[in-house]
Amino acid sequence: MRIGILCSLVRKEEKLLFDAFRSRGLDFVRIDDREVILDLHQRRWEFDVILERCINHSRALHTLRYFNDCGVRTVNTYEVASTCGDKLLTTLALIRDGIPTPPVLVAHTPESALQAIERLGYPVVLKPAVGSWGRLLSKVNDREAAEAILEHKETLGSYHHSIFYIQKYVEKHGRDIRSFVVGDQTICAIYRTSPHWITNTARGGVATNCPVTGEVNEISVRAAKAVGGGVVAIDLFETPDGLMVNEVNYTMEFRNSIDTTGVDIPARVVDYVIEVGRK
Amino acid sequence: MALCTECEAEITLESSTEVGEIIQCPDCGLDLEVISVEPAELAPAPEEEEDWGE
Repeated sequence: MRIGILCSLVRKEEKLLFDAFRSRGLDFVRIDDREVILDLHQRRWEFDVILERCINHSRALHTLRYFNDCGVRTVNTYEVASTCGDKLLTTLALIRDGIPTPPVLVAHTPESALQAIERLGYPVVLKPAVGSWGRLLSKVNDREAAEAILEHKETLGSYHHSIFYIQKYVEKHGRDIRSFVVGDQTICAIYRTSPHWITNTARGGVATNCPVTGEVNEISVRAAKAVGGGVVAIDLFETPDGLMVNEVNYTMEFRNSIDTTGVDIPARVVDYVIEVGRK
Repeated sequence: MALCTECEAEITLESSTEVGEIIQCPDCGLDLEVISVEPAELAPAPEEEEDWGE
C-alpha cells in the first residue's frame, strides 16, 4: 500500500503514528507542507491514502482539496477539515443533524455583536471562527467587558476577528469530555478537568479516563458523521439536559489520552487509514 | 551531535529522533527543529502561527 503522511513539524502524535505504521511493516512517504509544490495541472498520484497531520489549518485545507480532487483518498477529507476548521460550519452541521449544541449567534460588526450578546444573555463566550488550542477565547460576563473586547477585536485583530462567533456560556463545573471517534466507533474518551473555564489540555487541563457510555458513544458518532466522518475528536459538555457537542476537531492531538484511557489511539488510527486505503 | 543555534550547547540526538521534530535545548531552553538527523542539524523552531492547532 502506498501511504503518504502530510505534515510539517513532528509532534509526539506524529512520532507515535510513524511508529504504528512501521510496526506493521508499512512504509510511508512524508509530504512536508512547507516544501510541497502543488502542480494543479498534475492529476496523477501514486498514493492509496494520505493521512493529514498538518499544524497549519490553511495548508491542510488546500492540500486536502487538491489531493481529493485528484482522486486520492485522505484521512480526513477536505470536507471534514473545512467543516471542523470553521466553528460556524461545525455548528451548522451539528444543527442540521439535530445534535444538541449550545446556542450560537454570529454577527459581523461590533454593534450587531453587542446586540447579539445581549440577546443571548451573559455570560457568553466569544470565539474566533477559525482557531484552536483554546486561544483568544473570551468569556464575557457583562456589557462593559463586551464593549471592551469587541473594540479590541475590531481595532487590533485581522478581519476574521471581526466575524463574531458568540456562544452561550455553558456551566461545565470544572470539566468537559473529549471523545475520540475513529470511523463509526468512539474508541475512548477523557474528562478534561481544570479550575479555569478553558479546559484544553494544551492550556493545563488534566486528563482522566471517561467511560464510553452509550450516550457518549451515540452523540460522538453522530457528531462525527455530521461533519463528514473519519478520525475526529469531539468536545462534549455535560448539562442537566444531557450531553451537548461544543466542538469537533479534525487533526486531533492524543498524547495525554493513551495512558489515561489504555487505548492505543495511534494503532486504531493506522488501522482506519489502512482500511480507507484498501477501499 | 549538533550545536544549539542560540547558546551553542552541544546536543546529542536520540536514535529515535525524527526530522521535523521539535526538541528543547537543555541549556538555554530554546525550541529547536531537527532539520537533519544524519548529520545532526538544528534550527530555531518556527513561531506559532495564527492558524496553528488541532
